Amino acid sequence: MAALLVYSEKIDTARELVAGGKQLAAALGLGVSAVALGPGAGAAASELAAAGADTVYVSEDAAFEGWPADAVAAGLAQVADIAGATVVLVGSTRRGKETAPRLAQKLGAGCVSDVNGLIAEDGDLVAARYAFGGATTAREKVATPVKVFAVMPKTFSVEGAIAGAGTVETPTLDVKSSVRVVDRRAKEGDHVNLDAAPLIVGVGRGFNAREDLALGDELAGALGAVVGCTKSLADFEWLGEDRIIGLSGAKTAPDLYLGVGVSGQIQHTVGVAGAKLIAAVNKDKEAPIFAMADYGLVGDLYEVLPALVERLKNV
Amino acid sequence: MDIVVCVKTNPDLQMVRIKDREAVTEAVPYKIGDLEKNALQAAVDLRAAVGGKVVALCLAEGNRKAAEDIKVALAMGADEAVVIDDPALAAPDQAAVAAALAAAVKKLDACDLLLFGEGSTDNYTGQVGPRVAELLGLPQISYARKVEAAAERGVVRCVRSMDDMLETVEAPLPAVVTVVSEINEPTIPGLMQIMKAKSKPLQVWSLADLGSEGPAPVREVVSNLAEEQDRKHILFEGSAAEQADAFVDALIREGVLGR
Repeated sequence: MAALLVYSEKIDTARELVAGGKQLAAALGLGVSAVALGPGAGAAASELAAAGADTVYVSEDAAFEGWPADAVAAGLAQVADIAGATVVLVGSTRRGKETAPRLAQKLGAGCVSDVNGLIAEDGDLVAARYAFGGATTAREKVATPVKVFAVMPKTFSVEGAIAGAGTVETPTLDVKSSVRVVDRRAKEGDHVNLDAAPLIVGVGRGFNAREDLALGDELAGALGAVVGCTKSLADFEWLGEDRIIGLSGAKTAPDLYLGVGVSGQIQHTVGVAGAKLIAAVNKDKEAPIFAMADYGLVGDLYEVLPALVERLKNV
Repeated sequence: MDIVVCVKTNPDLQMVRIKDREAVTEAVPYKIGDLEKNALQAAVDLRAAVGGKVVALCLAEGNRKAAEDIKVALAMGADEAVVIDDPALAAPDQAAVAAALAAAVKKLDACDLLLFGEGSTDNYTGQVGPRVAELLGLPQISYARKVEAAAERGVVRCVRSMDDMLETVEAPLPAVVTVVSEINEPTIPGLMQIMKAKSKPLQVWSLADLGSEGPAPVREVVSNLAEEQDRKHILFEGSAAEQADAFVDALIREGVLGR
């Protein structure tokens, strides 16, 4: 039986791909196989077999340490051949996103990157992804016999996934990497998880100076919200990269997104399109952010934010 | 060191308007992508450190003025430019782009380092660099925020910006490196550089010049439309305090606050 093969070096993403892949595979008449690579991958393999994959291929080859793109692409291509895969889903983390096209090139396959929705339609897969910097959503099909999709984390939910008892296989793979890791260190800065935040205050260029962001922090504190930002604020190093919302950062889905001094450029707002409520504070009544907002406060943020903080004390 | 920088020109996204959910790109000028400018700057900086030559390589992809637009790369400091322009590549998918670029790099016959932006400004797939690396059998280092060449050891050393860590890696030359925006601040060319760019070598190649044929498509775009958003569009009026009152009341009604 031909297979839909899923892979991510991140176990949470791999579980999502198994859960989502299972439904797609059922519609296409395929089995679901998963791959776990790298020293210590055996534990992930057992977890994926229990999470619903029919077969999990695992290799703890030292060449997969740190998941270099050349070795992982070669390993996945060999497993795809063994598994008879016609569809390969790769989790679109940074590592996955650079590996999927290399794999596709090896397989002579078309590939869709940064997929944020994948459905089976008339026996084929249709992938959704942002285009034109987020202004549009392109729906794309792959025209080659083997199809590769790099799927964004959180595209599929593991909720309601049916447990399984798949088999684990340990193929011998012929892989090596020509890239040598010299050093690894954690990025500096406080690490925030915008993906999971229920309330987000987004700050942008409307703030005149870095120290004025304290106003945004105060508002976030009063709301119980997490602070995110536009890319330009991170480029100025006013805030860390992990606070970027949008095309080059987090794609969030909070109950409330409140943009403060955010003009509403699509490269940012694409990261909040999934918010239940969108609100904005901006002194320009014509700012594009108001066109996509549920609630708008028109005024100088230096007056509106203290007023909001004051009002929130009485909630 | 011979450095080839692959440069894409994109429709200027600031000028793309949405009409009836479709992106209107007619009459929108093209420009070199931001990340490609970072890659060009990285190449110019490397040349200053270790010597050599920088070639800007651009696939026109339907941009009729690509040979004009690429002169910005020459003004930024590239020594030569090559534009691949062919009707069969007016709207190519990533495999076709990679095949044409890989063929051009082979024809150039001198490439120690191949630089890309990590993604293009318009579609940001990030596919072309890794695909070219695979086609040419080269190591790839993606998301570089620092690139140093130790030509005497025949390696390139990069600091990569990963999701939660910085990774320092080395690969033997020749290699493919894609860069992120933090790597540098591209210089804006002055009048002198723009004038000098006019006399730098610029070639235009067709697929026939590359000995390639028109590619078979590997991808089909079914539709490409703006999402429909259903929002309330309530703008408050009055003083800051009045607006704050109305907004907080609305948040309580919506169940966001006071739960």
